[in-house]
Amino acid sequence: MAKGVWIVAEQRDGALRKVSLECASTARKLADQLGEEVCAVLLGSGVEAMAGQLGKCGVDKVYLADDPAFEPYTTDAHAAAVAKVVKENSPSILLLAASAQGKDLSARLVGKLATGMASDCTDLKIVDGKLVAVRPMYAGKCYGEVVVSGSPQMASLRPNVFPVVENAKAGEVVKFDPGLDPASLKTKVLEVQKDTGGALDVSEANIIVSGGRGMKGPENYVILEELAGVLKGAVGASRAAVDAGWRPLKDQVGQTGKTVSPNLYIACGISGAIQHLAGMSSSKYIVAINKDPEAPIFAKADYGIVDDLFKVVPEMTKECKKLLAE
Amino acid sequence: MNIIACVKQVPDTEALIKVKPDGSGIVEEGIKWVMNPYDEFGVEEALRLKEKYGGDVTIISVGPARAMETIRTALAMGAEKGVHIDDPSLYGADAFTTATALAAAIKTLPYDIIFCGQRAIDDDSGQVGAVLAELLGIPQITIATKLEIVDKSVKVVRPVEGAQLVIQSPLPCVITAQKGLNEPRYASLPGIMKAKKKPVDVKNAAALGITADIKARVVKTVPPPARPPGKIIEGEDPAQKAATVCKLLREEAKVI
Repeated sequence: MAKGVWIVAEQRDGALRKVSLECASTARKLADQLGEEVCAVLLGSGVEAMAGQLGKCGVDKVYLADDPAFEPYTTDAHAAAVAKVVKENSPSILLLAASAQGKDLSARLVGKLATGMASDCTDLKIVDGKLVAVRPMYAGKCYGEVVVSGSPQMASLRPNVFPVVENAKAGEVVKFDPGLDPASLKTKVLEVQKDTGGALDVSEANIIVSGGRGMKGPENYVILEELAGVLKGAVGASRAAVDAGWRPLKDQVGQTGKTVSPNLYIACGISGAIQHLAGMSSSKYIVAINKDPEAPIFAKADYGIVDDLFKVVPEMTKECKKLLAE
Repeated sequence: MNIIACVKQVPDTEALIKVKPDGSGIVEEGIKWVMNPYDEFGVEEALRLKEKYGGDVTIISVGPARAMETIRTALAMGAEKGVHIDDPSLYGADAFTTATALAAAIKTLPYDIIFCGQRAIDDDSGQVGAVLAELLGIPQITIATKLEIVDKSVKVVRPVEGAQLVIQSPLPCVITAQKGLNEPRYASLPGIMKAKKKPVDVKNAAALGITADIKARVVKTVPPPARPPGKIIEGEDPAQKAATVCKLLREEAKVI
């Protein structure tokens, strides 16, 4: 009988990712409803100290495999190790982050474990002892409730949606042999090119200041960068702005870009094409700044400002600086 | 090179999605169906590799009868032949079942590289490419924005949060295509005429020797949660409006 709510913890450059604490906290909540324990799989080289952090967020046991082959992340090494330890212990539920790495790993595990997964979930609950996952589909134009009948029941969690809850448990470390076969490690990371400026990714930001066609040109995004800088947020863009070559592809929010759920989304000069609205409607608060009072974005906005964004945004930057200094 | 590109037919990005009153799915009437945009990048990359290295491109799709239009679109772009997997037991199937069907068809074909879109913009699952790679026992590189063949391997750029990775994999492997990989071509009129005569094999589950074993099921589809009505910020000038909204964000919304 499958038992236990498991997560795969994600670490990069010597630090546990925040979304892994979101996974741990969520796993704890589900496990308490089921009366089961929470276990985390942690892979890396010299990462044992991170077990304590997982323990603080409700993890009873950390299955740790320490091997230089885990750094940097490759699908081959990580999927083989996670599949091995999961098969040996048959948990009932397995959660991962819907991050770049988590998406890659979780999908491979669906194949290795021959099960099903609800990806990029925004809510998880237990109904009659089974996991029910809620997830946006069509980039959020509708939502689906998904039941996984395979074992384990897999789900990946959209970053920034599930709360981190401190709930200290043992975080006892259990070392396991990942049994890696060097011949099976086929892909190699040749190079890691860090983005310059260390800008926050829109998928991980609590606050996004986003610009569309109304920005009129790439040189004007500096005013959004200034506001985002004061708010410690990221700068996003509409498809129109990305297709015009004003902003990099990684910043695109919408159905053919990233679907985001920040606490605050400030849409500047974005009219609100349906495919953009789909990608940001699950934001907690939306501010729209646009000269056109008929722009569809206002229908989604909690606060709308009908005015010239080039005048409003710099004033907001000044005002936020003042408020945050108080 | 023997190149395979998997495609899915999905509602256009501009489509309004309406949920059926009983929550059993979406209303399909009136929807314009198109090739999944991420699959288009895969088809385009497949065609570019063929043009550079020779060989042919096979298009594979799992879907109902209408999915044939999408296969023909890819053939009109320049692919040589198609496989249409059409079986009611596979409609709306999960990633594992869809990949099982694709793998069964692909195992009968020669292949050096397989393209999928990084996700389909309907169910947004983003799993099929990786599951397919696992079922074929070959490596995957997901979310590719740049690709280059080097001897008998492929070198790919893959963006992750805050960085770009350059990853190398031996062939054969599965690549999932991300926007940025290329600019897909439009089908030419002669291309569309030629596509009508190109061969497409239609196969059902029995012909592939598989049975659907769906492990993840959407049991209910609901509209997105309604947003409470918003307010338009009034004020004398931009500065006053900016001050009001910042105050509301701090005191009412408590998000800054």
